[in-house]
Amino acid sequence: MTSLKLWLTADAPDSLWQAQAGQAYAISRNFARNPLAMLGAVIVGVLVLVAIFAPWLAPYSPTGQNLSMRLMPPSAENWLGTDELGRDILSRIIHGSRITLLIVVMVAVISAPLGLIIGAVAGYFGGWTDRILMAVTDVFLSLPKLIMALAFVAALGAGLQNAIIAIAVTAWPAYARIARAETLTFRNSEFIAAVQLQGASHMRVIGLHVLPLCISSTIIRVTLDMAGIILTAAGLGFLGLGAQPPLPEWGAMISRGRSFILDQWWVATMPGLAIIIISLGFCFLGDGLRDVLDPRQRDGR
Amino acid sequence: MSTPLLQLRNLRVTFPSPRGPVEVVKGVSFDLGRERLGIVGESGSGKSLTGRSLLRLLKPPAHVTMDKLIFDGMDIPSLSERQMRAVRGARISLVMQDPKYSLNPVMTIGVQIAEALRLHENLPRREIHARVCDMLQQVRIDDPEHVMKLYPHQVSGGMGQRVMIAMMLIPQPDILIADEPTSALDVSVQAQVLHLIEQMILKNGMGLILISHDLELVARYCDRVLVMRQGEVVEELAADQLHAAQHPYTKGLLAAVPRMDETREVLPVMDRAEVYET
Amino acid sequence: MSAALNIENLFVRYGRIDVVKDVSFSVAKGESYALVGESGSGKSTILRAIVGMAPDVRGTVEIDGAERATYRDLEFARHCQMVFQDPYASLHPRRIVDATLQEPLKIHGISGGSAKVAEMMDAVGLDQRFRYRFPHQLSGGQRQRVAIARALMLEPQLLLLDEPTSALDVSVQAEILNLLVRLRKDRGLTYLLVTHSLPVVSFLCDRLGVLRQGGMVEQVDVDVLRRGTFAKPYAQELYASSLGAGDRERQSGPSAAV
Repeated sequence: MTSLKLWLTADAPDSLWQAQAGQAYAISRNFARNPLAMLGAVIVGVLVLVAIFAPWLAPYSPTGQNLSMRLMPPSAENWLGTDELGRDILSRIIHGSRITLLIVVMVAVISAPLGLIIGAVAGYFGGWTDRILMAVTDVFLSLPKLIMALAFVAALGAGLQNAIIAIAVTAWPAYARIARAETLTFRNSEFIAAVQLQGASHMRVIGLHVLPLCISSTIIRVTLDMAGIILTAAGLGFLGLGAQPPLPEWGAMISRGRSFILDQWWVATMPGLAIIIISLGFCFLGDGLRDVLDPRQRDGR
Repeated sequence: MSTPLLQLRNLRVTFPSPRGPVEVVKGVSFDLGRERLGIVGESGSGKSLTGRSLLRLLKPPAHVTMDKLIFDGMDIPSLSERQMRAVRGARISLVMQDPKYSLNPVMTIGVQIAEALRLHENLPRREIHARVCDMLQQVRIDDPEHVMKLYPHQVSGGMGQRVMIAMMLIPQPDILIADEPTSALDVSVQAQVLHLIEQMILKNGMGLILISHDLELVARYCDRVLVMRQGEVVEELAADQLHAAQHPYTKGLLAAVPRMDETREVLPVMDRAEVYET
Repeated sequence: MSAALNIENLFVRYGRIDVVKDVSFSVAKGESYALVGESGSGKSTILRAIVGMAPDVRGTVEIDGAERATYRDLEFARHCQMVFQDPYASLHPRRIVDATLQEPLKIHGISGGSAKVAEMMDAVGLDQRFRYRFPHQLSGGQRQRVAIARALMLEPQLLLLDEPTSALDVSVQAEILNLLVRLRKDRGLTYLLVTHSLPVVSFLCDRLGVLRQGGMVEQVDVDVLRRGTFAKPYAQELYASSLGAGDRERQSGPSAAV
């Protein structure tokens, strides 16, 4: 154990692989010191595990109706109760985690690279390129997210795929802004000038030297945005524009539970709790990541 | 007069690291009267940390211990934070390296200097204005009324550093700690600023601690020089005895500086192996 | 024979102000030339103009007798490289030494990178164990060695040095200056050094030009600097204010009568 630790904290790594492992070790050590961040990581980790093993974890089928068991309160058989068609709410939430995770991951995979590249290109070239790209970004930023997502889904048609596309389209401008701001801080720095002087093409400078420096702040922002993405997805689901029945999407579940909120409170509350817990988890995780990844805070020592 | 103005015994500063605490200042002791003391060392020698420790400016994760720090009869380590604030600035002042970072960019120079005075003395507005004007004149700013209305970014580096000095000297402290006060300035301005500090010190009978990496410069403006290396004082010298230095490190430092009439083919360098291995 | 670098009537303009005004000088092959001046004298701007990183440049910049503009970027890069002032800002913070040194070779499609990196690290006196470190795991002197090694990877003939030692401790400065002298001797390099420190010029250079507010004040041999016999008052003034205490004693003492 101690020899592994010595290897990881070595001042003079013998290989690229050891250098990277050492970096990762230092970051995770700092991360582990922050209890809230750890809590966030655990929540997100549990979400991922639950999503992967949903069919084995869920006690019942998420779509199996049992009209004799309609609107049962939480009990030993149905821990979180049943809904108006007699489906087990716990099983639906467990299966719903797959949809939530799918939305979150797809949105991040689409919007983060898009925003990163647009922002880095704008910041790196400056001048007219910057003005045009940022004008487009500002147009998207100036519209409220949910409204714009609504408009897109209305145009594209309701459904899970279209909801993902709509949310991604509304999410990228924030990342473009961050990447641009980050790029501006070092576009005139000497290490960028040095690669330019070596004759590197603009593509190469942006791809290999500029983007890697923007990634950590984007990761932080994406993680913090996850909560917003989940809420937007739930909002679309609530309005019937996201995942379609009988898919167990959390927002749609709340929407259906709305009619019985006073007498059968658990139908709407349980998926609501799931949304809150996961959103909080992502927020804690993002905050923790910011503390360890932000170079301005790490350079101190 | 037998007890010195400031007495420091066995100052130690440690920082935590993944491999356990690292001691960066290892038992520094000195006395300071109303004289000019130079602390010289290279980066990592702990000279700036020493200066900051005197004002209790080091915050965690730095861990500071000392056997004794007595200033004018006061036991500094035992003072409350509030009492410490009355010492900082009013009794002991600190001038830092780059005026760009130590002046508030959104306050005019006049307001900032007045602020420094107002914190420590209760004076009517007109009196404050007169004192600020007078102080700016003392640091040889010709047109104080005009300069008072400027913002820090509107003045040159040399002027900024003079403003900093004015700000630090206006409460008439007993000790001025100058941490590399001129290394961000051009050579011609450097001499002016140092000369100014020297004059103010002599006139007001203050103690000066001049922290710098430049041995020759420190020797020119101080009475006594402490040479620090790796957190320890390796040699203490009278400034005019600099070229009679005994310690190999001091000698090495002196020899490594290129001279104006340089004819050596190779500059002597120190054996740094032991430094890097640690 | 054509000069390694020939600059005639160079003007550089930022906004509405000429920061470099009508500067001409020429550096012979294998020579080491210094531009000295205080901040605002335009000395660094001249370097930027030479490498094509200054915006509004007029005048002639000739390298090896050919106009700067006729060089393609890659060709110019193999001919002329620059070492920057601040070793803390000139290395990419997320790249290890090995990647930083291999990058120029990859850009130019040169093979055998790994061996060349090892060889170059030896040449600049960097131990192989620093090869996989990040910049923040290196000292200032080590970083500057990496920066010098990076500039030499493409085996250029002309090296532009922008205050290469001003951010370093004196003992480290001595090491880097020695290294620069040795590299020049071994590889027949031509240096153009920009600095505010006259003693560094005295050690490293053959000739120097004194700049003030964007204009050339005086160009002299380094012997003039060593004796302190500048013709122009400004140059003499700069000389007087940069004399160290030790120098001053030697100048005013009895031995100075020689």
